[in-house]
Amino acid sequence: MAVTEVTWEFFEEEVERPPLTPAQVAWRRFRRHKMAMAGVGLLIVIILYVTVGAFFYSEAEANRIDLSVTLSSPSRSFPFGTDGTGRDILARTIYGGQISVLIGLCAVIVSVTVGVLIGAISGYYGGFIDAILMRFTEAMFNIPQLFLLILLAKFFGGKIPSFKLLGRSFSGSVVVIIGVIGLTSWMYLARIVRANFLSLKEQEFVTAARCVGARNASIIFGHILPNSIAPIVVAATLGVANAIMSEAYVSFLGVGVQPPTATWGNMLDQAYHHLESEPWMWFFPGVLILLTVLGINFVGDGLRDALDPRALAEAE
Amino acid sequence: MNDDHVLVQVHGLKKHFPITRGILIQRQVGAVRAVDGVTFDIYRGETLGLVGESGCGKTTAGRTILQLYRPTAGQVIFDGADLIALKSEELRCMRRRMQMIFQDPYASLNSRMTIARIISEPLRVHKLASGEEQVERVQELLRLVHLNPRFINRYPHEFSGGQRQRIGVARALASNPEFIVCDEPISALDVSIQAQVVNLLEDLQDQLGLTYLFIAHDLSMVRHICDRVAVMYLGKLVELAKKDELYDHPAHPYTQALLSAVPVPDPAAERLRKRIILEGDVPSPADSPPGCHFNTRCPLATNVCSEEEPQLRDVGGGHFVACHRA
Amino acid sequence: MAPLLEIRDLTTRFYTLDGVVHAVNGISYTLEEGETLGIVGESGCGKSVSVLSVMGLIPDPPGKIAAGQVLYRGQDLLRLDEAQIEHIRGKEIAMVFQDPMTSLNPVLTIGRQVIEPLIVHLGMGREEARLRVVELLEMVGIPQAADRYGDYPHQFSGGMRQRAMIAMALACDPSILIADEPTTALDVTIQAQIIDLVKDLRDRLGMAVIWITHDLGIIAGLAEKVVVMYAGFIVERGSVDDIYGDPRHPYTLALMKSLPRVDRSSGEKLATIPGLPPDLLGLPPGCPFTPRCEYAVERCRQENPRLEPVGPGHEIACWVDVTTGRER
Repeated sequence: MAVTEVTWEFFEEEVERPPLTPAQVAWRRFRRHKMAMAGVGLLIVIILYVTVGAFFYSEAEANRIDLSVTLSSPSRSFPFGTDGTGRDILARTIYGGQISVLIGLCAVIVSVTVGVLIGAISGYYGGFIDAILMRFTEAMFNIPQLFLLILLAKFFGGKIPSFKLLGRSFSGSVVVIIGVIGLTSWMYLARIVRANFLSLKEQEFVTAARCVGARNASIIFGHILPNSIAPIVVAATLGVANAIMSEAYVSFLGVGVQPPTATWGNMLDQAYHHLESEPWMWFFPGVLILLTVLGINFVGDGLRDALDPRALAEAE
Repeated sequence: MNDDHVLVQVHGLKKHFPITRGILIQRQVGAVRAVDGVTFDIYRGETLGLVGESGCGKTTAGRTILQLYRPTAGQVIFDGADLIALKSEELRCMRRRMQMIFQDPYASLNSRMTIARIISEPLRVHKLASGEEQVERVQELLRLVHLNPRFINRYPHEFSGGQRQRIGVARALASNPEFIVCDEPISALDVSIQAQVVNLLEDLQDQLGLTYLFIAHDLSMVRHICDRVAVMYLGKLVELAKKDELYDHPAHPYTQALLSAVPVPDPAAERLRKRIILEGDVPSPADSPPGCHFNTRCPLATNVCSEEEPQLRDVGGGHFVACHRA
Repeated sequence: MAPLLEIRDLTTRFYTLDGVVHAVNGISYTLEEGETLGIVGESGCGKSVSVLSVMGLIPDPPGKIAAGQVLYRGQDLLRLDEAQIEHIRGKEIAMVFQDPMTSLNPVLTIGRQVIEPLIVHLGMGREEARLRVVELLEMVGIPQAADRYGDYPHQFSGGMRQRAMIAMALACDPSILIADEPTTALDVTIQAQIIDLVKDLRDRLGMAVIWITHDLGIIAGLAEKVVVMYAGFIVERGSVDDIYGDPRHPYTLALMKSLPRVDRSSGEKLATIPGLPPDLLGLPPGCPFTPRCEYAVERCRQENPRLEPVGPGHEIACWVDVTTGRER
């Protein structure tokens, strides 16, 4: 039939330029954002520092107490100086960095999971379920996070035993901190996801999916969620920065991760009585926190612009 | 065409959307009577046109028939099964046999899914094919709608409006349905593409023995593709007849005005036409006039028209009219 | 007598990230005093961009009027600066757009919007202008016009808003009214009301009208002259009887054949135009309709034809004679 042939022929001409998936469109836009690429560079350096650095210093070295060299300023043998018990600060920032970053990532996994689930169910089903979940979310919002963190950290602090993972031993307080930070920072994302779901569920492709007979779960996770990825990715990225900062606060107040396990936060705590006299004790962990958070924020900004839904429309 | 076997029976169908007010406790203060008591049958193999202007309820009627909105009242019987009485799982299975083609080719396809996933969704939902078989079926469907199966893994934004509409058609056909509600399928397309899609729909109907409910506002296209036509106004059915009968001898004053308002691409014919120009605007479906909904704009309205609602009467040969003056 | 409006070789391009969009490619047409011209074509053919160019409403960047002249009463509008064009726009040449919801300011009352041209262009005093606005609103058929002066656009229906837009356009008694798809978003019975209104006003006020649409039915009953556009070019031009009764360009011909009619039934399939409208980013040399044309010959691929007469006042841009199927 003449129409068949001709239609195919045009179709091939038409779609000859290489197909751009939504991910490729986003990546193109991200690359153009100079600050974001700088942020990526910064984060790569920091990740390398805490991972590759571990090949140069062992964990034992990071925890080795040597009372003969306490509070010594930066020198050839101790590039970042030593702390109050003679431990090498450089080594401690490496291993402390591993923990801080780990806490950041894991806490975000917890908060994103909880936030997305609550937001999605609330936004999709509406009605009574929505009312209950939203009141709960608002209640959580109204409790000061730091207060909750301190309370829960103090309460659960000693209750979880140390464990070994990937050749390192972690004190149980790491798990507590991850849980506490994760369970107190999901609310913001829940609200955003709920708002997204409220508008997306009215879209025609959702009606089409219902018409085809898809189940609710399949519509929520297979159809609507992939269309809400943008705010989730941005919130998750910025959430890592927040989690690292939260850990720093909590450890600085002494209720976070307990020594001898180092984190950047509890190193700051230990520097408390030496602020003026031995500035290298807070300077190096402080700068590392600063650079990490800065890098993450730049990347988050870039992602926010790159994943703007209008970006997809431009590609059309 | 119609072998007098009724596939879908719609009886007294109503869909009202409540208007609520209140901060803590929501009170219902009124309702948008989108569909307000509609009755008709759809015969197996036919194309029934449903026309009317904005606010008449034709799109809502189509979605309510497919139970995408739950009816406020009335019955929908599909091949003997009462759709409203079905439990949700049974209704889900029934969806395999009745599908919809949507108006907006941009919004009705999930822009994050490849067209392979979009088209194969009915196959997965109803467990009709999987793996290799599923891919083959999708390719077969793409060929059926005259799209090159090579582009099976592309995303919707890489296709034009007309092509996306074909993808929507392929998705609707995936589960081998018997009945398809076409909700303004060509309104969003360019004129030169409309004819392509309409021809495709007609071919598919011949090949696969489909039954269509064709919802549209383009009366010229409706005359071309439909067998019978139903006219709606403010939630009510005002006239229903075989197409030539309706277009050549419209009995309801609204149908007459509607048909006279449609421009014809023929300057000589246009010069001779006598237009019936209706006064005023269409009332809101939240606030429909009492009695016959059309009485506020009807050139033939009398007292009884604002008091009593006219019923749909058979005036001969399957031609139904709801009017006191017809 | 010189024409009221003469467009000569108008060329408008848009410079975008993806490339140069050739929206309007050297089109020419004239409009006489009191005449009604219809510009038809599908989306992307350049019909809207061409009149926006006339009105000086093309955003620059990314758009640029690359060539051509727009002679209004002998004066080239493209050579005028913004201040001079503002004297003409809204006063002598007025425009009505497609979507009255977005072209009317939602936070200003209808009265406030209709009064604006009267004060700005005619320098009327407030009281006098207010009376004139009520008169205009009545003229366009808005009931209880005096009461509705203080209403906001969202309180009007689609048809009423379009009437208000027409009132605003006619406020200063323009010589030309340009209507860009004004009824596309309206129901068919409301559309009939608006077309009726425009015809009535046109006859009473003697103004020229340019009506742009993709709906060939509307133009048949409204226009005296018709211009058919495709891919930024004019492919056929002539009187309304010529275009509908004796279309000579393959695109016009195919378009006419693909239209269903409300006044008669045909048992056959609709004739279709195969393929898709062209991509204005990369127009090939030669006639843009070639890939979809059933009469195409080799020359069509290489050379883009110019408009040539096939009858008195009837021109087409085509190498082929569709009545014989051979090259002209």
